[in-house]
Amino acid sequence: MKGNLLEVKDLSLYFKVFGGTLKVLDGVNFTVGDEEKVGLIGETGSGKTTTMKAIMKILGMTTARISKGEILFKGRDILKMNKAEVQEIRRKEISMIFQDPTAALNPYFSIGSQIKNIIKYSGGMGKKLTKVEIKARGIEALRNVMLPDPERTLNFYPIQLSGGMRQRVCIAMALLSNLNLLIADEPGTSLDVTIKDQVLRLLEDLVDEKHISVILISHALGMVKNMTQRTYVMYGGSMVEVAKTAELFINPLHPYSQALIAVVPKLTGRGMSQGIPGYIPEYLNPPSGCRFHPRCNYVMPICKVEKPTFFKVKETHQVACWLFKK
Amino acid sequence: MEKTIFSLVLTSKKWENVQRGWYKFSLNRLSIIGLIVVFIILFLAIFAPFVTVHPEAVSKYVNFSESKQPPSLSYPFGTDIYGRDIFTRTIYAFRISLLMSFVVLSISVSIGVILGLIAGYFKDSWIDILIMRITDIFLSIPALILALSICAILPRNLTTTMIAISLVWWTWYCRMTYGIVTSVRGEFFIQAVELIGAGKLHILFKEVLPNCLSEIITKMTLDVGSVILIGSSLSFVGLGAQPPTADLGSMIANGAKYLPDLWWMSVFPSIALVMIVLGFNLLGDGIHDIFTVREG
Amino acid sequence: MRVGYLKNEGAKLINNNILTVKNLKKYFVTQQGIVKAVNDIDFSIKEGETFGLVGESGSGKSTVAYTIAGLYKPTEGEIAYRNQDISNESKKRSKELKKEIQIVFQDPGTSINPTRSIYQILELPLRVHAIANNYKDRTDKVKKLLKMVELPEDYIYKYSEMIGGGERQMISIARALAANPSLVLLDEPTSALDVSIQAKIISMLIRLQKDFNLSYLFITHDLSLMRNVASSVAIMYLGKICENASSSEFFKNPLHPYTQMLLSSIPVLSDEEEKLKPKKVKSIGEIPSPVNIPPGCSFYSRCSKKMDICSKEDPLMVEVSKGHFVRCHLYK
Repeated sequence: MKGNLLEVKDLSLYFKVFGGTLKVLDGVNFTVGDEEKVGLIGETGSGKTTTMKAIMKILGMTTARISKGEILFKGRDILKMNKAEVQEIRRKEISMIFQDPTAALNPYFSIGSQIKNIIKYSGGMGKKLTKVEIKARGIEALRNVMLPDPERTLNFYPIQLSGGMRQRVCIAMALLSNLNLLIADEPGTSLDVTIKDQVLRLLEDLVDEKHISVILISHALGMVKNMTQRTYVMYGGSMVEVAKTAELFINPLHPYSQALIAVVPKLTGRGMSQGIPGYIPEYLNPPSGCRFHPRCNYVMPICKVEKPTFFKVKETHQVACWLFKK
Repeated sequence: MEKTIFSLVLTSKKWENVQRGWYKFSLNRLSIIGLIVVFIILFLAIFAPFVTVHPEAVSKYVNFSESKQPPSLSYPFGTDIYGRDIFTRTIYAFRISLLMSFVVLSISVSIGVILGLIAGYFKDSWIDILIMRITDIFLSIPALILALSICAILPRNLTTTMIAISLVWWTWYCRMTYGIVTSVRGEFFIQAVELIGAGKLHILFKEVLPNCLSEIITKMTLDVGSVILIGSSLSFVGLGAQPPTADLGSMIANGAKYLPDLWWMSVFPSIALVMIVLGFNLLGDGIHDIFTVREG
Repeated sequence: MRVGYLKNEGAKLINNNILTVKNLKKYFVTQQGIVKAVNDIDFSIKEGETFGLVGESGSGKSTVAYTIAGLYKPTEGEIAYRNQDISNESKKRSKELKKEIQIVFQDPGTSINPTRSIYQILELPLRVHAIANNYKDRTDKVKKLLKMVELPEDYIYKYSEMIGGGERQMISIARALAANPSLVLLDEPTSALDVSIQAKIISMLIRLQKDFNLSYLFITHDLSLMRNVASSVAIMYLGKICENASSSEFFKNPLHPYTQMLLSSIPVLSDEEEKLKPKKVKSIGEIPSPVNIPPGCSFYSRCSKKMDICSKEDPLMVEVSKGHFVRCHLYK
């Protein structure tokens, strides 16, 4: 692997709101390699969706300001690119699947016409495609996601499909171009358990087949465990731990990661934990030093003063916690 | 230490909400302009006797030696054919316009909203059908024509004109409230309150109505301009305020006859009309922003 | 990290049924046809216990809760609360009954009125049921309610848009408990929330159940959560109950093919849990629309163990072992 496909370096971002600034992202460091499936675990308010939106440059730029950092895609900084270049990337290199497939699809247009637009803009390998070719591609894309009767589905409107089918259409649309990176933001939350199982297995097969890198964002730890090779844990606007997925779930090191995993209800039936004491950081006035320190059981004086960077515990396991400073 | 003092102030929900509302309002410069314009108009209307120097201009006054004067220092907007100062008349006309909006909107909003609330909450019952069909009948006739027809059968004065416009205007509020209520009443928070056992009156006025308020208030602000326009249209054809009372519409109507020679007779009242309507429209946009909740 | 575990202690020794549902049906007439949302189900909830209802979309589980609460009138069948027939819509129910049965909805965003302050929301049930009769008493009780759900006192001045989803849900729960109900229907109370908030709320619900001897109807699609909350579980598919057993039986020995399919699809975090899952039954097929349910067993189209008779005859509920009921031709 010559270099990383995507590298987010020390990204800091804030929003201007009533009452001050929300210092949401505070030095995010994040890499995705070629053909790598990376998970991003975090709860609401951790900043994971904001990070992804920053990558795709779809933040509301009226209130969001990037104070520092770089987002390197294939070596080039997305933040410094102009509109045309970013459009190119969105069309051909990076795609995103959103949490709610119903909101991602335009209810006034048929599936066929929405797919047609994407095929047209995602580039037909240089040459212009004919109507017949576009339709054929559309049918093939729908067949790839195992939708029954793809040809008829092209004429349907989103409201005529079930949630699982809509999510599959979104996946089909995301995979239409020869993309390199797929960002999947909570891709199964609005689906039923059995349908989610099918759709995610499908996604995995397609991603492997096309050699795409994936960023899988979720607060559903089980889904991330099954689908990724490496996982980040995000809290309060920065990454607190990164490790090989299996390693992370067997041996979580950061106090937050440990708490998070302990809080998930287990099939063994040992009862419910009481949650993590305290509240998620308030971004108007975030805690000093390590943003987790008000809720941490192992807090030390230095935690309140200085924010820890990543410390290497193993080659593939890093933790942003003063407990692990060499 | 500072935080506790601050939080003592902030726990008064009203103050913090006011601050938050102002913040949202002030994000758009145009809304501030609207607010300033409306302020100026209100000020001028209220203090009309103190800002004008020719109070006789709004009474049965005639001074042919000063008539048809173009704008000058003593007559900033010039005089009309009777020698009356147009500036004074314009400022006093503001009073009529604002009075008209206030009365019309008070009556029509009260009637319309209450009817819409009841019809919407008891959707598909005979009350709903009765109220909404009556509303439909009124709505099927163009507003201006309906107002004219009502004015035609009543004595010609400002009061009757206001009543006529009110009888036309309530329908919009009824329909708008009906639409909001029918969707709000299916929301979980209404179901929850019904299941707790709250009474119908409480639900209608304390739970459902507040959810309609933002749209109603926004529409009211925008409607000030519209009511004034309709009032002016009616006075253009001789209804509404009767001479010698100054009213923008009649001033424009009378002045139009003398275009282009005595252009100041119609141009200045027209500009004034535009300012009022524009001011309230911009203000209405800003008020709408206050009620818009943006997530995230 | 110090984390306390609370176990659900299940039903008290008194074996009273606080709620019994018999042959309950709820049909809706729509443009596409008749939707048989709830199609002949029976179950009972014992006093003080948590009865779990599991199912995916279209199963009818929410409709069951809404019908019990009184949002809908049953098409057929009876609902008995403390042996008293209550198969009526809420507007025909007495105020005392409304006090007894309360519901917590799934979506915290729309369960509380955004134009009312927390104080107004919580004092309403107190006023309606005459629990506190002057301003001072009401304010005291509201503050007590907030304390009960571990929220700070100054929240009484806040509005829903100022607080997070988890806190809104806690307000919904506080509102439901304000008038001292006996039966609380919880429709996916934590599905829209993060895991750590979920843990806080569920453990709080369990504690409140013990403190006030509450009975819960707990609806969720999250089986791992159900395992830790309910003492009895029933699984629904397309309006019918497929399997109904005690919690431990249900998870140790799932009999219905749908139960097995559902259990094997749960994503788990540890190998220990993985071993507890039934052998992998791959989920296949779409969930059919509840409008045109084919004859025979409603699960036929997705069942891996289907037989000829399954497409023709709808199986009856059979008690396979004590307290363990299954509706499947495999078990006769």
